[in-house]
Amino acid sequence: MLNTAIVLAAEEPSPVLPHLSEIILGLIAFLLLLFVLWKYVTPRFEAAYKERAEKIEGGIKRAEEAQAEAEKALQKYTAQLAEARAESARIRDDARLEAEQIKEELRAQAQEEAARIVAQGQAQLEAQRAQIVAELRADLGRTAVELASRIVGESLQDEARRTGTVDRFLDELDSVSAPAKN
Amino acid sequence: MRALWLAQGEFNPPGAGDFNLPPIFAGVTKPMVLIVLSVIIIAVFFLMASSRLKIVPSRFQFAAESVYDFGRNNIAREQIGSKDFMPFVPLILALFTFILVNNIFGIIPLIQFPTMSHIGFPLALSILIVYPIYHGVGFRRHGFLGYLKHQLVPPGAPKPIYLLLTPIEFFSKFIMNPITLAIRVFAAMFAGHLILLVFTLAGEYLLLEAGGILKGVSVISFAFAIAMTFLEALIQVLQAYIFALLAANYIGSALATEH
Repeated sequence: MLNTAIVLAAEEPSPVLPHLSEIILGLIAFLLLLFVLWKYVTPRFEAAYKERAEKIEGGIKRAEEAQAEAEKALQKYTAQLAEARAESARIRDDARLEAEQIKEELRAQAQEEAARIVAQGQAQLEAQRAQIVAELRADLGRTAVELASRIVGESLQDEARRTGTVDRFLDELDSVSAPAKN
Repeated sequence: MRALWLAQGEFNPPGAGDFNLPPIFAGVTKPMVLIVLSVIIIAVFFLMASSRLKIVPSRFQFAAESVYDFGRNNIAREQIGSKDFMPFVPLILALFTFILVNNIFGIIPLIQFPTMSHIGFPLALSILIVYPIYHGVGFRRHGFLGYLKHQLVPPGAPKPIYLLLTPIEFFSKFIMNPITLAIRVFAAMFAGHLILLVFTLAGEYLLLEAGGILKGVSVISFAFAIAMTFLEALIQVLQAYIFALLAANYIGSALATEH
């Protein structure tokens, strides 16, 4: 048994001594595989990875852009809204102010008108009164002279005396009626 | 003990000779066929997967992308650095998938032969591919003397130490690195396949040749063969990963600006 083993071992080529044919074949086979991977496989995978990365990055970028745009639009609308609010408030204030002004003007106008009407009435009254007083004065003088001449019977033809009497009387009358009038 | 085993026929334990299969035709052996088959499998897989890449991957594309990403990000980028790794992605990916498929052949029914258990194949990869590339990019990056200094005189040691350190560094980086890289995967595949052979052949022998109660022991032997197959699957993937990882690590250290 031991002998046969030794004989076998002597016949067997050592496993650590390489066959030249296997080295050459292994080299050629590997170089062939390396060539295929280098020439076709790696570029394709890398291109696909690049495309994928770009797609993802592009998507993110697009989303960011859309978000920024939306943000901007929102800001614009908010600004516009605020502006519109301010505008409406301003218009309201203006309108209120104007209304106030108009009211004031109308009131002033009405007061003026009223004052004017009152003044006119007073002037008219004054004129009528003056006219009436003048008429009454003339009338009264004549009536009084007539009455007096009838009562006294005496001729009061004397112009001087007559006017003097009447005037005196009227003055007295005036002085009596003047306090009453005031 | 042995006398019991040898009750009827003689049990020939499997040895290195079992790895030298007779040529299938005209000097072409099984590992040669397998190595070509592996190239076809990987090339077709990646070419099909990459022929119509979509932004949203299909299930198949996702699987291919996972393999590609593993080689690209987890091995190449981690070890070489994100600045320089891109040109080496095909190399690292090819190393990883090539060794992976050839290792996995060891547990695929009917094929059941890890190509890398023939040392010629890993040697071709390490001495003729990885070794020239890694020192080549180092010389190109740092200049001839600059790269030698970069590799052989690591900074930070006291001066007399360099008398000892520099020869060791030279020996490890320019002589041992490619050999150990090849031997690591070769030895793992060789030993793993041998273990599977031992348990399977022993189980068969016990079942057919052993007498009486010893026949039952074959069950244990087969159970071990199955358990070792699972372990082998793990080791095969791990060895492919380690080979690609170390290759990337060598390239990264050759390109690194400081240690």
